[in-house]
Amino acid sequence: MSETPSIPAPTPAPTPAPTPDSKDVKDAEGTRVIREIMSGNAIISVLAVLVALVIGGILIAITDPRVTAASGYFFADPGATFSAIWASVSEAYGALWRGATYDPTARTWQGQLGIFETLTFATPLILAGLAVTLAFRAGLFNIGAQGQIIMGATFAGVVGFQMHLPPVIHLLAVILAGAIGGAIWAGIAGFLKARTGAHEVIVTIMLNYIAVSFVLYLLKNQLKAPGSTNPISPQMDANAMLPLLLGPNFRVNAGLILAILAVIAVAWLLNRSTLGFEYRAIGANPKAARTAGMIVSRGYITVMLISGALAGLAGVTQIAGTEKSLDSEIAGSIGFDAITVALLGRSKPWGTFFAALLFGAFKAGGTSMAVNADVSIDIVAVVQSLIVLFIAAPPLIRSMFRIKAVRPEGAKA
Amino acid sequence: MSVVAAAEPSKLADRVAIRSWRTPILLGVFALVAVVLFAILGPDGQATFRISQDNDAWQVPNLVLPAKAFGIVASLILVALAVAAWLQSKNQARVAKWVTMTFAVVFVIALMVWIIGGTKTQNITLVGLFAGAMLITTPLVFGSLSGVLCERSGVVNIAIEGQLLAGAFTAALVASITQNAFAGLFAAAVAGMLVSFLLAAFSIKYVVNQIIVGVVLNVLVSGLTGFLFEKIMKTKVDGVAIYNQPVHLPDLPIPFLSQIPILGPMLFRQSIIGYFMLVLVVALWFGLFRTRWGLRIRAVGEHPKAADTVGINVNRTRFLNVMAGGAVAGIGGAYFTLVAVSSFSKDMTGGLGFIALAALIFGRWNPIGAALAALLFGVAGNLQSILSLAGTPIDGQFLAMLPYALTILAVSGFVGKSRAPAASGQPYVKG
Repeated sequence: MSETPSIPAPTPAPTPAPTPDSKDVKDAEGTRVIREIMSGNAIISVLAVLVALVIGGILIAITDPRVTAASGYFFADPGATFSAIWASVSEAYGALWRGATYDPTARTWQGQLGIFETLTFATPLILAGLAVTLAFRAGLFNIGAQGQIIMGATFAGVVGFQMHLPPVIHLLAVILAGAIGGAIWAGIAGFLKARTGAHEVIVTIMLNYIAVSFVLYLLKNQLKAPGSTNPISPQMDANAMLPLLLGPNFRVNAGLILAILAVIAVAWLLNRSTLGFEYRAIGANPKAARTAGMIVSRGYITVMLISGALAGLAGVTQIAGTEKSLDSEIAGSIGFDAITVALLGRSKPWGTFFAALLFGAFKAGGTSMAVNADVSIDIVAVVQSLIVLFIAAPPLIRSMFRIKAVRPEGAKA
Repeated sequence: MSVVAAAEPSKLADRVAIRSWRTPILLGVFALVAVVLFAILGPDGQATFRISQDNDAWQVPNLVLPAKAFGIVASLILVALAVAAWLQSKNQARVAKWVTMTFAVVFVIALMVWIIGGTKTQNITLVGLFAGAMLITTPLVFGSLSGVLCERSGVVNIAIEGQLLAGAFTAALVASITQNAFAGLFAAAVAGMLVSFLLAAFSIKYVVNQIIVGVVLNVLVSGLTGFLFEKIMKTKVDGVAIYNQPVHLPDLPIPFLSQIPILGPMLFRQSIIGYFMLVLVVALWFGLFRTRWGLRIRAVGEHPKAADTVGINVNRTRFLNVMAGGAVAGIGGAYFTLVAVSSFSKDMTGGLGFIALAALIFGRWNPIGAALAALLFGVAGNLQSILSLAGTPIDGQFLAMLPYALTILAVSGFVGKSRAPAASGQPYVKG
């Protein structure tokens, strides 16, 4: 994957060249959306989710002892097996759905409103997903969101618990520091790609692990909370925290607003700005972009800086939104989920937003499923990865459901 | 996945100029570090390297080095080598290979003396260091050989981690059920091939980006094994987790050879997986670079169109290689649960698949190079855990970073020239 990154988006949808006339652009956008629905791309996304859920359901059913017990006398009473399967799967997915949206059976009223947990989990996923999306569009594969989140959270944390500033200013400083932390980490990969040609996939993977070791080192020495034996930092100042949107009963915080603003900003950047046009041109064909007078190496560096800043902001929403203090697990699996989010969102800002909401729902619901239906949350990872595999291979889903491929004109096979 | 900028004619001229100065600058920086750390800040006292164990047939006396004096001598040698590299760059384009090699060896030895001299106990058992490193090195070698097989034929394998994990899980499960370690080993190879089948099917048949498939497969395998671990392996019968008690592969010491100091315990006191590893490294090297089979594979990886023109079935070659790579990595995964530890645990490969990827790159896509890189990374990893007990002048976390940092230096052309097969990562569509 050297100089032909037609790979980023699973569908190499030919981006219509933006013309200066904004009305034309709008029309093109409109017809494109219709064409996409007509060509079955949207249907394929829905079918991919469905097929993945069905496979997940099969896994849940065959590992359920009730189903195994009932299948022991399958030929005597086949109905018992099917009702056991139904009970097992509906119980699990029911708990998943209720946990992610609204659960009337929960003991507390806060616990009933799982939808806000969904939004909380979605917040860093949106930002990190945008980071991956943006780099994708410039033809770069940023696998390093994980490390960039860690570095963003570390920078934000240092400002958040070691400096003591007045309200508002402190929070702004935390956000800025987080963005810088992520940008530096991704910038290393962008710089090496631009100057030496070092492949960004390898460099960002390696930087992920270096970030973990680096943070562990800091947490054992300079950033260790006084009196603590574990590698964990002190808590952030109250001034440095993102305000909670719905009071202390819910974890959903102003990070969500930050994330939505970021979606709007990235959408504008990609579709309306000169810089975004350059990124897309570089992503489509770096050689042609160079011939057209664009400085490809500078594009690689700047796009990685912005991408890293977005991932750094995801780190900010982690430490200043939900976690309060820094540890080596601050990024959880967000950096890797972000890749799947960006793929599911087809490398488009709003697509990424909705994909992040879906994955946030899976996360919130998965917890409830583990507690209420005794189905390990790992099944969520299985379903998520299956979704992406199916979406990445539209011919597979097409052949499964015999959907005729209607290719947008001009697209090559 | 071309690692050094794929031919950019317009920039070729200044790239040559950059490369000629990169090595002397890098060596200069390291020489300076050596002068400051090893000579000026060198620890007083002695560093003792214990070579023989008490029950060894041949006793080799301990190696005792005065840390500070050794640091001064070593840093002088390093400075001299850096100057030599600078002079060579000034006169001709390239720095001689022996300069960088000697520099690396002297630096590593001096680093060891400095670290050991700085610990509280001031001694280290080399047998423990190297034999313990094999616990990390063995799966790394299998993982990176899987990568060699795939990438040499033009398929990037990011799913090494998933293949190892699938192998570890399946080996534990099957060896527990059948009470037969060899059945577990076989099943692990099959599990690795299943992961490979998905990688091959999606990236070759459906032409999905190989890196995407690899990343997703890692998540899939992690989720699947985690789920089945919770559902199946945690089921206890009479308080015993019957599905997670694999029978182990016995160690098979080779008489005489296993008595050699250091090398004996390291290489000749292993399980069958360990011996298979040694054979495989040599066989793959020979196969890839000395046989018609290997030439074809490399042709497919470097220039698939040319290979196709002379009648090689590109996609079939790739498919077979990816499958073989899966089997190799699966066996590497079996090492975790059939040799190294007693049972499977969630995500037990812990990122070793990515270090294997690093070893593959650092070893320049060559089986022997990859194995040596895996050994280096294994020793660094084991040194880290030994030193975390002994108290050291440098933090263990910096040793943990070493594989990754070296790999970044390698892909950006600071350490030698690490170049991937030209067509690695690019799907081949006929016509």
